[in-house]
Amino acid sequence: MGMTLTEKILARASEKKEVEPGEIVTVEPTWVMSHDNSAAILLKFKKTGMKKVWNPKKIVIILDHTVPAPTAEYANNHTSIREFVKEQGIENFWDINTGICHQVMAEKGYDLPSAVIVGADSHTTTPGAFGAFAAGIGRSEVAAIWATGKIWLRVPESYEIIVNGEMPKGVFAKDLALHIIGDVTASGAVYKAVEFKGETIRNMSIASRMVLTNMSAEMGAKNGIVEADKKTEEYLKNRARAPYKILHSDEDAEYEKKYEYDASDLVPKIAFPHTVDNVHDIDKAEGININQVFLGTCTNGRVEDLEVAARILKGKRINPDVRMLVFPASWEVWREADEKGILKTLAEAGAVIMNPGCGPCLGAHEGALADGEKCLSTANRNFKGRMGNPNAEIYLGSPATAAASALKGYISDPREVL
Amino acid sequence: MGRVWKYGNDVNTDVIFPGKYTYKIMSDEEMASHALEDLDPNFAKEVKQGDVIVAGKNWGYGSSREQAVKCLKAAGIKAIIAESFARIYYRNCINLGLPAITLKREDIEKFDDGDEVDVDIEKGVIVNKSKGFEIHFPPFEGYVMDIIRAGGIIEYIRMQQGKE
Repeated sequence: MGMTLTEKILARASEKKEVEPGEIVTVEPTWVMSHDNSAAILLKFKKTGMKKVWNPKKIVIILDHTVPAPTAEYANNHTSIREFVKEQGIENFWDINTGICHQVMAEKGYDLPSAVIVGADSHTTTPGAFGAFAAGIGRSEVAAIWATGKIWLRVPESYEIIVNGEMPKGVFAKDLALHIIGDVTASGAVYKAVEFKGETIRNMSIASRMVLTNMSAEMGAKNGIVEADKKTEEYLKNRARAPYKILHSDEDAEYEKKYEYDASDLVPKIAFPHTVDNVHDIDKAEGININQVFLGTCTNGRVEDLEVAARILKGKRINPDVRMLVFPASWEVWREADEKGILKTLAEAGAVIMNPGCGPCLGAHEGALADGEKCLSTANRNFKGRMGNPNAEIYLGSPATAAASALKGYISDPREVL
Repeated sequence: MGRVWKYGNDVNTDVIFPGKYTYKIMSDEEMASHALEDLDPNFAKEVKQGDVIVAGKNWGYGSSREQAVKCLKAAGIKAIIAESFARIYYRNCINLGLPAITLKREDIEKFDDGDEVDVDIEKGVIVNKSKGFEIHFPPFEGYVMDIIRAGGIIEYIRMQQGKE
């Protein structure tokens, strides 16, 4: 019996010839990642009684959630992390001037084909865009890996999601992701590996593939994955931090479920409050007044996202009743967007250009919403209270939809302004 | 013995423990005071040691934040019984030593909010005293049971350290 890509990676990592779904394997991860929550993790690590981490070279810490620190309490947490990485000799530490962890993991060459990556953040599914096995775990589990270097993983059943056809104008990876989640539902892929295939995926940029694997978490998946190809290798040139191996799913690999989509049928999509699977075509949302537009996050804060927004807003002004906040996903994104004139265009249109980081996505920092307000966000979650106020509403859409909506002051179809 | 707090499907981590508190380091008591804040404001005020949560499918979906487990454990919750759990949440339950028990939907439907129940983790039995029935579930085994008995994975590693 053939194996899926996810099964092959877990077999290789556990030094087994083959593995099958349901089997528990113990592996040493290629990287274990954490962010601002490292302040809590290091306290847990100390509680284990261990003095030194198992391998400081495998630990990656990236400060992104509350950067720069908004309060003395957060500042103290950051400093406790800085002291810990020095004391332990952890070289893979990226301070507040780098970017969102899931973007930095890619840019700094940690996201590698066939790597096993675990992280204390639910969107650690993102590195799957590079053909890695990547999954989110909790803080105690990260502390346990720092102590022992090991984690147990249940080999997941795989779903295949096959997408063919050309994406119509004004429709982007985010719309496809929302469409799939609306179909599969928020719990439809709990504990499963979700493998994205087909010509539409092959034709997508790395940044767009990252949208799909990032949002796999929103259907409950353990990991989302795309086979690596020439584009992946191109991206990794001068970035890859370690040697890597490209693996492929076998022809006769077994998938528990198969979903097939024709991208050419798609229209822009909106996830209505308060669940990510509450997805409708843009026409149902058209005309809903908004107070804030949030462009950024690990889902949609990359250059291609800012670029499409700038294309829509060039030479125009956003609606005066809307606040538009732009958070580039990283400083690398910031610099490239700056060089291309994208940030200038957005600022001239009336957007506030913020520093790279998670921003208001999880309601811990910056850009809070007032009672009764509505926000069109390019993030991956719209749960009640997600952005810090349970009396506000969050609608999710693509960067193009975000820019078109900022322009009009209400949720708008980007196809009319592109 | 404790009472049942009954909830529905797809209860996410943001309503169990809001994101605005996630990057504050809090005491157990403080975490408990925010438990289920955006879903059921009465919960934190009235919950007692030994109570259990009974819920539908996909309990705890969303963020990997461990406080969404910790705040319930600190509030006195002895076990969470659900039709299904979100994957990271389930792992977090085990790793923090809070038993997560999966039952079929027809069994979940037999419980009502406020029922008096007793859960025996070692034997794998839930007794509903209000309604007079028992439900059996497969007890945890091996490494997972060891972690639960130790009260969590951190405590377990510390105990193993002591043995070496």
